[in-house]
This record gives sequence, structure tokens and C-alpha cells, in this order.
Amino acid sequence: MNIHEYQAKQLFTEYGIPVPAGQPAWNAEGAKQQAQTLGGESWMVKAQVHAGGRGKAGGVQRAQTLDQVIDITHDLIGSQLVTHQTGARGQPIHCVLIENTTAIKSELYLSLVVDRAAERIAVIASRAGGMDIEQVAATTPEKIISRTIDPLVGIAAYQCGEIGFALDLDANQRKQLTTILFGLYRLFVDKDLSLLEINPLIITDQGHLLALDAKINLDDNALYRHKDLATLYDPTQEDEKEYKAREFDLNYVALDGDIACMVNGAGLAMATMDVIKMQGGEPANFLDVGGGTTADKVTQAFKIILSDPKVKAILVNIFGGIVRCDLIAEGVINAIKETGTQLPVVVRLEGTHVEKGKALLKESGLSVIAADDLSEAAQKIVKVGE
Amino acid sequence: MSILVDANTKVICQGFTGKQGTFHSEQTLAYGTQLVGGVTPGRGGQTHLDLPVFDTVRGAVDATGATATMIYVPPPFAADAILEAAEGGIKVIACITEGIPVLEMLKVKAALTDHYPQVRLIGPNCPGIITPGACKMGIMPAPIHKPGRIGIVSRSGTLTYEAVAQTTLNGLGQSTCIGIGGDPIHGMNFVDCLELFQKDPQTEGVVIVGEIGGTDEEEAADYIKSSVTKPVVAYIAGVTAPPGKRMGHAGAIISGGKGTAADKFAALESAGVALARSPSDIGIRILEGLKG
Repeated sequence: MNIHEYQAKQLFTEYGIPVPAGQPAWNAEGAKQQAQTLGGESWMVKAQVHAGGRGKAGGVQRAQTLDQVIDITHDLIGSQLVTHQTGARGQPIHCVLIENTTAIKSELYLSLVVDRAAERIAVIASRAGGMDIEQVAATTPEKIISRTIDPLVGIAAYQCGEIGFALDLDANQRKQLTTILFGLYRLFVDKDLSLLEINPLIITDQGHLLALDAKINLDDNALYRHKDLATLYDPTQEDEKEYKAREFDLNYVALDGDIACMVNGAGLAMATMDVIKMQGGEPANFLDVGGGTTADKVTQAFKIILSDPKVKAILVNIFGGIVRCDLIAEGVINAIKETGTQLPVVVRLEGTHVEKGKALLKESGLSVIAADDLSEAAQKIVKVGE
Repeated sequence: MSILVDANTKVICQGFTGKQGTFHSEQTLAYGTQLVGGVTPGRGGQTHLDLPVFDTVRGAVDATGATATMIYVPPPFAADAILEAAEGGIKVIACITEGIPVLEMLKVKAALTDHYPQVRLIGPNCPGIITPGACKMGIMPAPIHKPGRIGIVSRSGTLTYEAVAQTTLNGLGQSTCIGIGGDPIHGMNFVDCLELFQKDPQTEGVVIVGEIGGTDEEEAADYIKSSVTKPVVAYIAGVTAPPGKRMGHAGAIISGGKGTAADKFAALESAGVALARSPSDIGIRILEGLKG
């Protein structure tokens, strides 16, 4: 789960990590009041969306006067911000962060991530701050500094020192960096983060380290023990269908194609998308109804699929293990009847109680097309979708 | 022969008296597995499914001589259950539970590596392990399996079943099938399983089923190149998965352009692995591989 920059910065403040003075606002008048309260000569107005690349897309602007704060906020709020990380539709802006401007001497990059290969939390730092770190890693990997942290020991001062020296920081800044890294590590572990990124971490003209940006991803598996953070979930930043699916405990990801699929198991769901593509079709979604699915869940899944107007045909691919094929067949029959869909549906059932399931579909009188294996199912669905 | 578990393996179930634990223990018993008891803290001394219930893993191991466990405890307690099994003397741990926080798994892995290097952890977030006709520890549908010659190792549950059903249908059967799970931090990886399958005389060929995210498949490719002489077939799911999106499994995500299916297919192909571009082709490819 993602949270907004202003929310991440509130967490930073709790953990002693320096950020510019700032406050969120949800309309132009509020933005002006926040700027007045903050004081100073100029302000940054930063669009709060769950995507990077905001600066280049016009989502981060400097205001020299209070009138400009009002104008910029007025333009941003209610609009869609399109960055290289969003789709063509962009992300809606409902909130801006108003901050005091800061004089920047240089920009660094700092992040903490879960390193899968090392099976540890890794600290990644670079002097090439403010740039896309993946590009830095690809073109000038020597500019990337990385240290992994033993989970049974925690972050060590010498590691912070090593990173500070590698970043060419002076003694005072190294001390600041150590404090920041200890705070970040504590935050990462306390709140079960999966990513924490500061890009850029700046050195001010006064020589102080300051987190100008803040990005935090939370581990969904750990949200059960962070009820306060779970409330920060912002459905406006998600695809509406993905949000709906989440409510029913279904794994759904919207894609651009027109052939929908409903599958049990994440791997098989991906494989189904791939085979649709191999047969010349374009998948409209990823949808895993899970191992312990019920007839009711199948109906909900159908409704979510059908709420996508692009969809021209539906492929159901079930390998029944714990899930019995006859239950799935019942769910599909109910779903077609309840939604009244006229779209062609191809069903491939395999596994537990497959014969019963197939018989139910046949007896239903619905024009469901049966298939015996995944390749055949994909061929049929692409053909009827045309 | 087979790997990790066979007809003599004594198995316990953690989370024995819960709904999941009960259902799958019944299935496991029906399959003929030597399930010798289970653990549910606070229910020690009771009987469940005609088997003894213990308060602790250590108690269960002392009383039954079990060497393997299947874990069905809820996510908030599952990491703890793995550690308890390792310290209690269990050698093969299959953790079925999905949804363990990643940071807990980091600690579990560090503890296992440091203190219990001989313990084999399968999963979490996986279907478990089965040696057909001998020992079933997990949630896989038993009837599709058949004792035989192919080793199967997979990151996905239902895709494992595809590979199993096809190798049963074409008569090859399976030596042992292992679901290593869909989480980013997990126990045994492809290389660990390949090493065992290479050594196992019953296994004549290996199917590996991977998916987007991480570098397990690339490491497998390197290992196959250097150390595996048996034919290997690979299928990778997620060619059409968009970058930056988690595809159901916590570990199935392309991040920073890394972990794509195309990269994994390419790495495996360059290691001489036969590729199945569709999961429907797995059975045919491994049959071709065995014919050489």
C-alpha cells in the first residue's frame, strides 16, 4: 500500500528525520492559509498523488506570492496529473502539500528497500540525487552505494559512516546522516515498510541534511498490526475496479486489452493472460479468485470484470484443487444469470469434480463454450472476441 | 527414492485443530501419509482425528519422532511456528500460510541460516510438498498425482497442478513435487531443489515453473549450466504482466525493470533448458527431453 508524501513526512517527523516545514491543503483557500501560517518569502506547492515524476509533469511548482499559491493550487486540485509512472489518464489530485522553499547546495539519494537476493533490508545511497535512480544504476552503477543490514543485529553506526564517507560528507553531515539512518531503519521496522525513498535528500546552503521528498510503501501483509496506517489507504489513487476487488478479497489488476479472464491462483492467472496474448488477443485484466473461492465470490468477480466497458469476451480458467469445479460452475451460472451478460464466455475446468462441473454448465442452457485445456480455451476466446 | 519426504517420513501438523489444519490433515491421512500428531498450544493431551495433540513442537517431536511438519497457522503466528519447528528438531518444514509480513521472514531466514542450516523450509505461501503414493504435506489435490520419474518445483500452486496433471496424463509421473511459494522471501529456492533432484536416482527430468519478480530463475539457469545433467523444462508466468504491479503473489512484481519473464526465459534458454512457452506444453516438452 502507498501513502502520500505529506503522510510519509509526518512519519519522518515522528522519527526525527528533518523535513521542510509544510502542511497539506485540500483547496486554494486552505493552501493560502497554510502558506501564511508557514510564513517566508516563497513556497512549494506539491501535488499529492501516488506516483513519481511529479516535478517534470508540472505537479511541483514554486509560488513567489500568496496569489500564486492560490492560482497554482486552484489549477492542480481537481485535475489529473500525468507522469511517466502513471497511465495516460493520470492520477487525480485532491490534495497539495505547501512547504517553505529551501536553498539547495547539493542533492543526494537515499532509500531503504527489502533486498530479495540478500534477504535483508538494504540501504541504497548516491550523490546523484534528484534523478531517476534506476537510470543512475543502469548508466553509472559506480555512483550507487549499497549496504545490507543483518536483521538480527540492526543497522550499525560503522555502516552509516561508510555510506557518509562514500557520499563525501563532512564530519558534521556524517553525524546527521547517522541519526537519519538510525531513524529511518527504526521507522522501516516499526511500521513494516517495504520501501522508503528520499529523492532528493538535500544538503542546504547551511550544510544541513533535509528530506525534500518522501516516498513510503507499506507491506500489505503487515497492515493488520498497523490499523492507524491502514486508514491512510486512498482509493482515489487506485483503479476503481481494483479498489472494488480489494473489498471482496479478490486480486485484480486492470490492463488495457478486451479479453477478460477469471482464474484461481496467481501463477495460473498470469499464465492465462500470457496465453491469450500468444493467441493474438489482449488481456483486459489479471484476476485471481484465490484458493478458497466460493460461488458468491465468482459472481462478484464477474461483476467487476463486466464493469470494464472494453471487455468483449470472458475466459474462466479453473484448476480445482481445494476448490471444487462444480461449485465454480454454479458460481459462473449464477453470475451469468444475475448480470444478464450477453458476452461470450469460455470456461475451462480441470481438477476436483470436473465432470460434475461440466455437466452443470451443459444443463444450464446457457451458451457457455467449453474447453479442455488452456491453449484451446485461449484460442476459442480470442476467436469469439473478434 | 524421492527427495525430502517418503513413505517413512513422520509428519506433524502445526495448527492441527484449526479449520484448515483439520481439513488438510484428513486429506493427508487419507493419502496414507504417516501423520503422527499435531500441535495446538493449550490443547495438549487431547485427541484429534484419532491422533495426539501437543502443546509444543518439542513435545510432539519427543513423543512421536516426527521429522517433518506442515504449518497451517494464521499469518500473525506463522513465522513463530517456523522458528518453533526448527528449534524443536524438525528437519523439513512446509509452511502453507499466505500473508506473513516480509520483515518477519527476513528474521526467520537469518535465524535458519545461522542456527539451523540443515533444516529445509518449503514456502511460505505455497501448496507444500508431495511424494506421490508416499507422503503428502500440503493442499495439492491428491488424485492428479502419480508416482514416477519427473521432479517438479514451482513458485505457483495451480500452475504446479498443470504440470502434475500433464506428466500424469503422459505416463511419466512425478518423483516429488515442491511448491516453493509466491513470497519474495522464502525457504528453498529452485537451486536447492535442483541440487536434490540431480542427486535423486528416481528423478529423470525436472520441470521448473517460475514467474516474474526476483532472480531465482536466473540463479537456477546458472546452476543448471554448471551442475545439472538431467533434462530440464521451464515455464515462466507473467510475460504480459505490467511493470510495478503486484500480480497476486507478494513476490510477483517487476521492479525497476528487473525480474521480467522475458529475462528469465532468456537466461534459462541460454543454459540449455527446454522452454514451454505455454503451460499446456510442459508435458510435451519434458517427454521430448527424456527421449533426448
